[in-house]
Amino acid sequence: MTRSALQTHATASVLGIRHLRKEYRAGVPVLKDINLDIGAEGLTAIIGPSGTGKSTLIRCINRLVDPTSGEIWFEGQDIAKVQGSGLRHIRRRIGMVFQEYNLVERLSVMENILSGRLGYIPVWRAFLRKFPDADITRAFELLDAVGLGADFATRRADKLSGGQRQRVGIARAIMQDPGLVLADEPTSSLDPKTSVEIMELMAEMSARRGIPIVVNIHNVELAKRFAHRVIGMTGGMVVYDGPPDGLGAHHLAEIYGGEDWQ
Amino acid sequence: MSASTLARAAFPPDWTKRFVWIGLAIYTVYAISTLDIDGARIARGMANAARLFDRMFPPNLQPDKLELIKDGMIESIQIAILATFVGVLLSLPMGLAAARNLAPPWVSWTARAIIAVLRSFHPVIVAILFVKAVGFGALAGILALIVSTMGFVSKLFAEVVEEISAKQVEAVRATGASFFAVLIFGVFPQVMARFVGLTVYQFDSNLRNSTMVGIVGGGGIGAPLFTAYQRFDYDVVLTILLIIIGLIMIAEFVSARIRRIFQ
Amino acid sequence: MMETGNDPRVWTRFTPAERIGRSIVYIVSAIAIVWSLQTVEIIPEFLYDAPEQTADLFARMWPFDLKFWPVVWSTLVETFHIATLGTILAILLALPLSFLAARNFTANPILRWIAQFIFVSSRSVNSLIWALLFVAIFGPGALAGVFSIAVRSIGFVGKLFGEALEEAHQGPIEALTATGAPRAAILLKGYWPQAEPAFWSVALLRWDINIRESAVLGLVGAGGIGVALDAALNNLYWDQVGLMLATIFAVVVVTEIVTSFVRSRII
Repeated sequence: MTRSALQTHATASVLGIRHLRKEYRAGVPVLKDINLDIGAEGLTAIIGPSGTGKSTLIRCINRLVDPTSGEIWFEGQDIAKVQGSGLRHIRRRIGMVFQEYNLVERLSVMENILSGRLGYIPVWRAFLRKFPDADITRAFELLDAVGLGADFATRRADKLSGGQRQRVGIARAIMQDPGLVLADEPTSSLDPKTSVEIMELMAEMSARRGIPIVVNIHNVELAKRFAHRVIGMTGGMVVYDGPPDGLGAHHLAEIYGGEDWQ
Repeated sequence: MSASTLARAAFPPDWTKRFVWIGLAIYTVYAISTLDIDGARIARGMANAARLFDRMFPPNLQPDKLELIKDGMIESIQIAILATFVGVLLSLPMGLAAARNLAPPWVSWTARAIIAVLRSFHPVIVAILFVKAVGFGALAGILALIVSTMGFVSKLFAEVVEEISAKQVEAVRATGASFFAVLIFGVFPQVMARFVGLTVYQFDSNLRNSTMVGIVGGGGIGAPLFTAYQRFDYDVVLTILLIIIGLIMIAEFVSARIRRIFQ
Repeated sequence: MMETGNDPRVWTRFTPAERIGRSIVYIVSAIAIVWSLQTVEIIPEFLYDAPEQTADLFARMWPFDLKFWPVVWSTLVETFHIATLGTILAILLALPLSFLAARNFTANPILRWIAQFIFVSSRSVNSLIWALLFVAIFGPGALAGVFSIAVRSIGFVGKLFGEALEEAHQGPIEALTATGAPRAAILLKGYWPQAEPAFWSVALLRWDINIRESAVLGLVGAGGIGVALDAALNNLYWDQVGLMLATIFAVVVVTEIVTSFVRSRII
C-alpha cells in the first residue's frame, strides 16, 4: 500500500492497524498479522477467550506494550515506533480504562481525574497541584457526567466501591481530551448490574462526545447489547468483524472453540 | 519409652531443630568460658555496682551542672535535626535510584553498592573518621549521622518503592505523563506515608546516636557525659541519662502523632 | 454542559483539618532546621582543610599493617562472642518481659507499664553509654561488653516480640483454654507456635545489629576489636586502623549474607 493511500485511509478512520505482530518470546506470536480500522465514532467490542491477545492488542495501541512489527496509524502518523516526547503526545490523545480501575489509591478522586491532564501541564504544576482553572472546572463537570457528583471530589480512591472507581477511571480517560479511548476488560471486576451501568456510561460518553471507544470484553451479551461493531479474536487472529447481529452461534464456536462453552 | 516407639510416632522428631538448639547450648557454654568469670570477679562487680549506685543517687541537679547539660543536650538535638534533614533529603533520590522497578540495572546496582558501604560502619567509627577530616565539634557528628541516615533510609525507601502497585503507575503513564509527572502522581502518593514514617523513625534513632558521637569528639551531650564519667561524677551521669530517656520518650510520642497526620 | 450554578467550584487537595496538621509539621520542621543551622558551630578553616585531611587519612592507611593480623583475629573472635552472648542474654531477659507487655496475655496495666518502661529505658540509652556503666561495674573487658549489648537489646527484642504476641490469633488460644489446659501449656502450645517465626526473625535482626555495635564497644574499654582500634587510633597507627576497618566491613557483609540466608530458610 502506498503512503498516500494510507493517509486517505487514516482520514476516514481514527485508527489504522496494519500487519501488527507481537511476540513476547521470539517465535511465539501472541498477535499474528492484525489488520483493523476503527471508525471515528461508536463503541467497538473485541471479544475472545482469555490469553488470545486482546489485552496485548489494546496495549500495543498506546504502546504500554511495544509491538514486534507492523504499523499503527493514529492522527496521521505511524505510532508503532515513536519514542520519548512523541510517544507521550500520542498517549495523552488516547485514554485508557483498566480492568482493575488502576486508580492511584491514596490520591483523592479529583487528583485521579486531573491526572488525565498530566501530559499537558508542566511538572511544577503537577508537583504543586496547581492545575489550570479550566481543567478543574472540566473535572467537576466530568464528575457530574459520570454520575458521581462534586461530593466525591475529595474522597480518597481507596474508599470507593468498584463501580464508583470505574466511573472515576472513565472520567480520567475522558479528561485527557482523547481522540480514542481504549478499555481493557472494564467490567470483569464488577458485578452484573454494575457492569451494565458502566457499559451504558461508556456508550453514552462515546455517543455524546463523539469519542470512539474500543472495549475488550469477555461478556458476549454485553458486547452485543452496547457495541455497534464486534471483533472476534482467537489465537492472535481476527476471525469475525462485523455488526453484533451478524454474530452467530457458529462464529462463537469458532472464537471460543467447540460448543461446550455454552 | 518403649510404648511410644511401638506406637506410630505422632510427632516425628525435628532433628535440624534439635541440632541447632544443642549447638547453640554448646557454643554458649564455650563462649562464657572465654569471658574469665569467677566468683571473686562477680563479688567485686557487685561491690562496684553498689558503689556506683550509691554515687549515682540522688541525681545531681545543681544549676551549673544543669546549664552544662542543657547546652550539650541542645547541641545533640540540633545534630539530630540537621543530620535527619540532610540525610533524608539525600536518601530520596538515592532510594529511587536503588529501586529495581524504576531505575535501569546499572543505576540500581551502583546505588545499592553505595548504600551497602554507607550501612556497614557504626556511626561512631564514621564519626572518628569525620573528626579527623573536619575537626572536633558538631559538624563531624552531623556528617557521621548523615551517613547512617542515608544507609538506613535509602535502603528501606528503595524496598518501599519496589513494593508499589505497578498498575497504578501504568495508568498514569498511559495518560502521556512525563517521567517526573509519573513519579509525582503515580509513585509518591503510594510511598509518601511510609517515607514520612521512616523519616520520623530515623529522627528518633539519630537523637539516640547524637548523644553518643560526643564520646569520640563529634559534639553534643556525649562529651560532658564522658567527662563526668571519667571524673566519677556518677550523679551527673544519672541526671544526663534520665534526661536522655525523657527526651527519647517525648520524641517517640511526637513521631507517633506525626505518622498519624500523614497516614 | 449543565451548570449546577454560576458559582465557580473550587477544589483543594486537603480538608482544613488535614491542612492545619500538615502545615504545623512543616512549619515546626522548618523552624527547627533554621534554628539548628544558626547555632551549630562550624569552623571554616577546618572545613577547607577537610579534603586534604581525608586524602592524608587514606594515604596513611594503605598499605595495611598485615603483621597486626593475629591481634585483629583474636579481638574479632571476642567481638563475635560479645555480640552472640549479648543477644542470647537479651533474649532470655526480654522473653518474660515481652509476655508482661503483651495486652492479650497480661491484664494488669501496671505490670504492662513496668515492662514498657524497661523497654523504653533500654532502647533510649546507647550501647556505648551502657558500656560505660558496665565497665565501671565489671572493669574493662568482654563481660562488660556482653552486658551492655544485652541491656541495650532488651528493649528492641522485647518490644518487637511483644507486638508479635499481640498479633497472635485468639482462636487457638481460646480453644486450648476451653480444654482446661494450664497457663503454661497455653503459652507453649497456643502462643509460641504462632510467634516463633517472629521470634527468630527478631533475634536474627538484633544479632546482625549487635555484630556492628560490639565492634565499637572497645572504644570505652568493653572488649572486642574496638579495644585494638582505640589503641591504634591513639597511637596514630593508621595502617592498623585501615586493616581493622576493612576487616569490620568484611565481617558486616558476611553477617548480612548469613542472616538473610538463614531468614529465607526458616521464615
